[in-house]
Amino acid sequence: MDLLDFARGPALQIGLYVFAFGVAFRLASLLLLPRLKDLSAARKGAPGAVVASGREIIRRMWPQSVYAEATRFTTINGYIFHLGLAIIVFLGTPHILFLKGLIGVSWPGLPTNIINGVAVITFLSLIAALVHRLQSPVLKAISTANDYITWLVTMLPVATGLLAISHLGWRYETLLAVHILSIAVFLIWFPFGKLMHAFLIFLSRGTTGAHLAHRGAQL
Amino acid sequence: MREDKTLAQALESRGVSRRAFLKYASYVATLMALPPSASRVIAEELAKARRQSVIWLSFQECTGCTESITRSMSPTLEDLIFDFISLDYHHTLQAVSGAAAEHARTEAMKANKGKYIVVVDGSVPLKDGGVYSTIAGITNLDMLKETAKDAFAVVSVGTCAAFGGIPHANPNPTGAVAISEIITDKPVVNIPGCPPIPEAMTGTLAYLLSFGKLPELDAKGRPLAFFGETIHDRCYRRPFYERGMFANSFDDEGARKGWCLYKVGCKGPIAYNACATLKWNGGASFPIQSGHGCLGCSEPGFWDKGGFYEPLAAATAKLDIGVGAAAVAGVAAGAAAAELMRRKKSAAVDAANSKKKDG
Repeated sequence: MDLLDFARGPALQIGLYVFAFGVAFRLASLLLLPRLKDLSAARKGAPGAVVASGREIIRRMWPQSVYAEATRFTTINGYIFHLGLAIIVFLGTPHILFLKGLIGVSWPGLPTNIINGVAVITFLSLIAALVHRLQSPVLKAISTANDYITWLVTMLPVATGLLAISHLGWRYETLLAVHILSIAVFLIWFPFGKLMHAFLIFLSRGTTGAHLAHRGAQL
Repeated sequence: MREDKTLAQALESRGVSRRAFLKYASYVATLMALPPSASRVIAEELAKARRQSVIWLSFQECTGCTESITRSMSPTLEDLIFDFISLDYHHTLQAVSGAAAEHARTEAMKANKGKYIVVVDGSVPLKDGGVYSTIAGITNLDMLKETAKDAFAVVSVGTCAAFGGIPHANPNPTGAVAISEIITDKPVVNIPGCPPIPEAMTGTLAYLLSFGKLPELDAKGRPLAFFGETIHDRCYRRPFYERGMFANSFDDEGARKGWCLYKVGCKGPIAYNACATLKWNGGASFPIQSGHGCLGCSEPGFWDKGGFYEPLAAATAKLDIGVGAAAVAGVAAGAAAAELMRRKKSAAVDAANSKKKDG
């Protein structure tokens, strides 16, 4: 078994097992936590929990005007690399074929050159995010190893994917194997690091929205 | 053919002009990506070369490699070179059989000690003492060790000899291994392919005859001149890959228009071979040009890479029952953790209440 066979097979399989276990564990341990019942009556005119959750999720898609200037870079750059990652993962033909192999469904992809361009922008955006984190005294102070590991495991698939398509460094099959191994590492780290926000962000924002609306906050 | 005849004399007697011979030398130099000056060296050295003794051992194989190398559309200089070598032992091609054949092999070994080349096609079974393939009652393993002992070099022709090939495929019932796993004290050149390209074989042979040394090899022992680039890098369908234009099946619009075959399992991106440049049958075509994806037959383990029609990007890992079981185990562990937290919280509340009561 060569490195590529190992990456496409056992490494990814282990990654999938850990990912499934970890995500299920995190979600179950959070959702099944005992919660105090809110016995207070909702404020007059307060929307229902579902509506309030939806409103809060949408409202937080963009910062409030008072914070706009202070968070402009974080917001815009965050959107750039998140959208970039989504385009690469869900519209790159090799990735669609990878997902089809797992879930059995496929859809049309974008031309390789467009995906390559998006990957370069995403790469630069991730670098910018790290530089910003290191240059901002506040961000730097509140950053932990979790933040840097999360950044690294996000960056590795992008960087190795770019190297593979550019044939830079090692031979293509080695780069492809390293790229797939980086996905396996990503899957393993996902549930236990800050990548879990992909599952929790809307849950937490929705819960906060429902809670605040119940107490009469105008959302 | 007289043993003392040089190649130039042999070719001349067959009506090959010096001009044609020089053209061939230039062709070999170009084929092997050598500098222009090398063509002169090749011409001079090849002309002086005397018959090279070659012992061809066929083990666990299908004779496809021999078919590939000996079969040509019309007689070429490569064929003449092939004729020129002294093929002292070859099951399929030799006239004699039985004890006389084995005698020819041992005689050639004795007469050309340290100078002969051993060409091997087919893998060697090791399981159960190698009983799964024997010739004249001798196991392939013993015959290979005995023959290669005094050889100048060993050339593994075809993927079975180079990497184990189809006999080595899972579950490998005969314990088949590549030649390079057995012969570790001699230079081994791998010319893989199922079958290999004839020019890769004759080109390597011409290089050996001209320079008396092995050509530059890659990490898998393959001549870089023929195995230095992937099929994908040199594929005429590559622009369609870049533009995202793929055949989704073998009878759709994309297939009819000759678009990229990546989605229907082409292994071109990881297959190092010269099919896309040298092509087959006198440069007529190669599998991708004929509408079928590359199988990656010049790579180790090509038979076990998850299916010929599975795209390279598809993982061999699956969302199997194990993933479901992992998720269920995760939910159970999460529920247990939540319950633990609930009990901890209850205990804390009870403790606070009893403290309040006592106070």
